[in-house]
Amino acid sequence: MDTLITGRVWVVGDSVTTDAMYPAFAMKLPVPEAARHIFYELRPGWTDQVQPGDIVVAGRNFGLGSSRPVAALFRELGIAALIAEEFNSLFLRNCINHGLPALTIPRATEAFTDGDTARLDFAEGWAENTTSGTRLDGSALPPLVLDILAAGGILPKLAREGYIPAPAAHPR
Amino acid sequence: MGMTMMEKILARKAGLARVSAGDTVVCDVDMTVMIDLQFTTSWVQPLKINDPDKVAVIMDHAVPAPNVHDAIGGTHARAFARDFQIEKFYDVGRHGICHQVIAENGLARPGEILACTDSHTCAGGAYNTAARGLGPAEVYSILCTGKTWFQAAPTIRYEFTGTKPAAVSGKDFFLYIAGTYGDATNHNLEYGGTGLVSIPMNDRRTIATQGAEISADFSTFPIDQVARDFLAEHGAPPDSYEAADPDSDATYAAVRTVDLSSLEPYVARPGTVSHNSLPVSAIQKRPVNQCFIGSCANGQLEDLKIAADIVRGHTVAPGVRLLITPASQEVYKDAMRAGYLQDLADAGAVITNSTCGACFGYHMGLLAPGEVCLTSSTRNFTGRMGSPDAEIYMASPATVAASALTGHVTDPRGELS
Ligand code: SF4
Repeated sequence: MDTLITGRVWVVGDSVTTDAMYPAFAMKLPVPEAARHIFYELRPGWTDQVQPGDIVVAGRNFGLGSSRPVAALFRELGIAALIAEEFNSLFLRNCINHGLPALTIPRATEAFTDGDTARLDFAEGWAENTTSGTRLDGSALPPLVLDILAAGGILPKLAREGYIPAPAAHPR
Repeated sequence: MGMTMMEKILARKAGLARVSAGDTVVCDVDMTVMIDLQFTTSWVQPLKINDPDKVAVIMDHAVPAPNVHDAIGGTHARAFARDFQIEKFYDVGRHGICHQVIAENGLARPGEILACTDSHTCAGGAYNTAARGLGPAEVYSILCTGKTWFQAAPTIRYEFTGTKPAAVSGKDFFLYIAGTYGDATNHNLEYGGTGLVSIPMNDRRTIATQGAEISADFSTFPIDQVARDFLAEHGAPPDSYEAADPDSDATYAAVRTVDLSSLEPYVARPGTVSHNSLPVSAIQKRPVNQCFIGSCANGQLEDLKIAADIVRGHTVAPGVRLLITPASQEVYKDAMRAGYLQDLADAGAVITNSTCGACFGYHMGLLAPGEVCLTSSTRNFTGRMGSPDAEIYMASPATVAASALTGHVTDPRGELS
């Protein structure tokens, strides 16, 4: 698995909740439409600017809140990875289970501003701001988690193990 | 070096002699609880599952179906329960909010692991269960394989001393803790101490439930006589489980003592409970438009009794809506038999079906821009209950009921004394 990712970054603050990313009204919509409402209040219009391959950088306690599958919406927009100073564990698990790399890097929001380019390796646990040249070390993901990411998420893994029909293992 | 409650449960379920904070382990899951939202349009029925006896399906978040999307979820859930012979299927009519149904039916058992597709699953910690919320994809995976992984987090222990004052409840304890100490991200919470005996099971569950609001992984209580009696009444006699008590030399990230007798009613301001709660006296007089008593945390029978005792013989203030959502159909029926629902409705409250609806702003009781809500539910995030331009304050059922009568945030102690 290629664990090295490079992309343009978007920076958000501390304690961004799941409700701010996947509001209740969007839960009634199909995933492609729901994905248009990420950060609907925090950064209106963001989903029109974001490009496939971009990376979101967040502060502490990222993803506090509910179990709604926000990661499926980020995947829908083509977000390549998330970096946060600290993840809520439920949110982190959701990202991994949807095949979205999520890397914990202390002080990440100080090192990046909107539009910088980040390079990261989630198996080795580091991120670099190639615009400014700053490199930060974080925590590498455990091997068991890397296996889920390598499979493209938990549903493709289950399909391979014969629990679900293969075409149904669409990663969302 | 000893183990905390959580370390003991994880070690037992991973088949290991010991587990310490930081270890990643693969555990057997004793009970997997699926909710209605899991079954909506993208649901795919599995080819095989691990064990139908270790699965429960609970219809709660969007019942009776408010739209076709959720109605289809109901169709899928019924087909799944039928095809896999899921006996623990709580369909509309015997439904309730999942954490209440879990408690009523003894699905969360001491020393065991319970996984459910809802973030407030830590509620089951009131019964010494390693219970936590997981995303729909992961719950699906556990349904299939019967296992998942955990990374053991460091534990923060709360020692309760003293005795609970009469008009102060579990919500107040929690708001005090959240207001004073803030988030517990990537930590477990463990409760205990000599004061615990004065905290009834409904309040323990409120406290355990709310752990999700400070971003904790698990929040667990020990099993004492109060808990043993409750469990015995709900299908789990003492010889049917092995509780996990912490070792006296367990390692904690912090041990914090809370003197229950010094606590008073608290109110959380809008947005978060973390470092954002104040004694009710500091927020009194804030006018409110909607008062909500309900949710998995505070729609329990005891909560409805407190509310009924306060409003009996009084009337909800003009311009204020008081919404009451019993936590389950069982609670609804019990509260009806006891006359609480009559008292509440006579005072001008609206009694709703048992559902998550208003709590997560999905299908009823939504707030308009500029409105102020005082809720006893679990979560006061911006936009949670409707417009992002509405404000959500959080307090105990007693404070919410007293405030509904006056039309502004009110200390319930006058009403209860
Ligand atoms: S009542 Fe609210 S917090 Fe509880 S399970 Fe339902 S939506 Fe979640």
